[in-house]
Amino acid sequence: MKLKLNNMVAVLGLAACSLTAQAQSVKIGFLGTLSGPAGALGQDQYDAFMLGVEHMGGKLGGATVQVIKEDDQLKPDLGVQMAQKLIEKDKVNIITGVTFSNVMMAVHKPITDAGVLLVGSNAGPTPLTGKGCSPMFFSTSWNNDSLHESMGQYANDAGYKKVYLLAPNYQAGKDAISGFKRFFKGQVLDEVYTQVNQPDYSAEIAQLQAAKPDAIYVFYPGGMGVNFVKQYQQAGLLGKVPLLSTSTVDGTTLPALKDIALGVVTGSPYSPDIDNPQNKKFVEDFKKKYNRSPSLYAAQSYDAAMLINAALVKTGGKADNKDALRAALKSAEFKSVAGPFKFNTNQFPIRNFYRVDVAKDASGQAAFVNKGVVLKDHADAYYKECAMK
Amino acid sequence: MSLSLFLIQMLNGLQLGVLLFMLSAGLTLVFGIMNFVNLAHGSLYMMGAYFAAAAYARSDSFIIAALVGIIGSAALGFAIERIVAARLYARDHLDHVLATFGLILFFNELARTIWGASPYYMNVPQALSGTINLLGISYSAYRFAIIVVGLLVALGCYVLINKTRVGMLIRAGSSNPTIVAALGVNIKLLNAAIFALGAALAGVAGLMSGPILSVQPGMGEPILITAMIVIVIGGIGSVRGAFYSALIVGVIDTAGRAFLPMILREFLDRSTAQAAGPALASMLICIFMAAVLALKPQGLFPVKNQ
Repeated sequence: MKLKLNNMVAVLGLAACSLTAQAQSVKIGFLGTLSGPAGALGQDQYDAFMLGVEHMGGKLGGATVQVIKEDDQLKPDLGVQMAQKLIEKDKVNIITGVTFSNVMMAVHKPITDAGVLLVGSNAGPTPLTGKGCSPMFFSTSWNNDSLHESMGQYANDAGYKKVYLLAPNYQAGKDAISGFKRFFKGQVLDEVYTQVNQPDYSAEIAQLQAAKPDAIYVFYPGGMGVNFVKQYQQAGLLGKVPLLSTSTVDGTTLPALKDIALGVVTGSPYSPDIDNPQNKKFVEDFKKKYNRSPSLYAAQSYDAAMLINAALVKTGGKADNKDALRAALKSAEFKSVAGPFKFNTNQFPIRNFYRVDVAKDASGQAAFVNKGVVLKDHADAYYKECAMK
Repeated sequence: MSLSLFLIQMLNGLQLGVLLFMLSAGLTLVFGIMNFVNLAHGSLYMMGAYFAAAAYARSDSFIIAALVGIIGSAALGFAIERIVAARLYARDHLDHVLATFGLILFFNELARTIWGASPYYMNVPQALSGTINLLGISYSAYRFAIIVVGLLVALGCYVLINKTRVGMLIRAGSSNPTIVAALGVNIKLLNAAIFALGAALAGVAGLMSGPILSVQPGMGEPILITAMIVIVIGGIGSVRGAFYSALIVGVIDTAGRAFLPMILREFLDRSTAQAAGPALASMLICIFMAAVLALKPQGLFPVKNQ
């Protein structure tokens, strides 16, 4: 009898707590790859998002924000599990983050079908830009292809006639190669797909050396990039055959490469030295708080926090009316750290892509240096296939 | 496809092979003598790399870094044996797997906590940063150094196991551990020493890989899988078997990745070949292992009198 009474009191107490919690705060779920070889990317996204919340004084749009962090470990099935946990158990209003494309492809439908808004700040797989687009999905990053189209364009501008391509054997790797080829007008000597997380590229580097290309283009995120660039430089090729890349030498991998990566040309929607006031503040505070320079993943995630803030300002801090929040997100007028930003009809950004080199900065350290815009106000190639207008 | 390209790929295969040997020698000894499945061997490889990278960053001397890496991983191996492994010898393999899998998670988190989630910087020592001329081709000096170190380590293991008293005890323990204990040998010390030796070898593999591979949490797992394939092909408990099968696996894997896509393109259209090539290349060593197990289940060079 006593036990039953205790139980009832406990249950009522819990119910009361959860009710009051709902009324006071907006719950945001952060789902990213926080462990394993690619963990640094998700970590950058999370740290930048939290910095954004901190800049807004712990509130977004005036509402107290509770960010619940979950790690998908780069496993799509685990990503779905974590997403379901965030939606059903934590009852989040928005989910943000999602580092890798394979996880994004798995969680996109469950999240959008459940009526929860998904603000992706990195992965932008092609199927979601066209026919698979959804009104519940916003991206503050890019369509995977666009990132690589910029380097294809740059290869043309630089006059390279024969290029050799390498990428890992998964969706984003395939998007990388097809995106590059869409804009590149010269001859592709070969496209090589290596195993994901393959540590040693000596065989592939020897093959490409024998093919004698004008330049090579690679897409190797995380530790794969560190491995490849190290080995490419040791084979004596870095000075001889230009290395074009995206997401290979970036803010998360440059600290492991330092001077080894000098001379690498990258295509990126962001560079820490972009000249606008919000970026200056972002880079300075990120360096102070986390003791490292922000990568493009951090910048995109910070933008996501600012986007959500701007949208919540419009809805008066309320997240329960999904349609109002959606409309607010779509129109969101916020200032991106990476330059001009607005949403296309498929809710992917229209933005600039820059050529960013690895060179010595004023203090003699290897750093990212913005060398100019390659593609201005660039939209992805698939937005016309999206049903949203 | 020129002769020089073929030679370079063979050297690459040899380099991968000696690295695999250093990693699998310890694994096969521990499995063969103590009958202990040590999944944390990849973590010893990782810690060897981290110790060396951290020491190299502070001292700027690769020799000091190498010593720190070797002694550090040997000490770590000794500690693991005393604290975790010794209590579990009598238990089922599944318990070994559970315990050492837990160790993997522990060491990965430890590396992340101490050195961060991003890859750690480690460069090739200045003296080995160029290329050397070998049989008319230009090959990376550092990779050649790995081959030399690996072969020296293999020679050292051969001398240790075949020409010394300790080696005699190891060989005896490999064939029949119970009798060895019954003969009055301090089996506890011997087991700990074997574990530490295996850990030191993994540490050498780790510190040699550091400059060319990414030093990061979780770097041990991909190569651990390949090491397990190597010891299964070579025969559990046989260091000689580990040596030969490591070389075979190294060459097959490298040649597969280098030449298979090219060969496939002769028979299939370009896009199919490009899709099938890498998939088949990564399966090649597993297919080879399956074939060996089908024909010689004990491995190619098994320990006799098992």
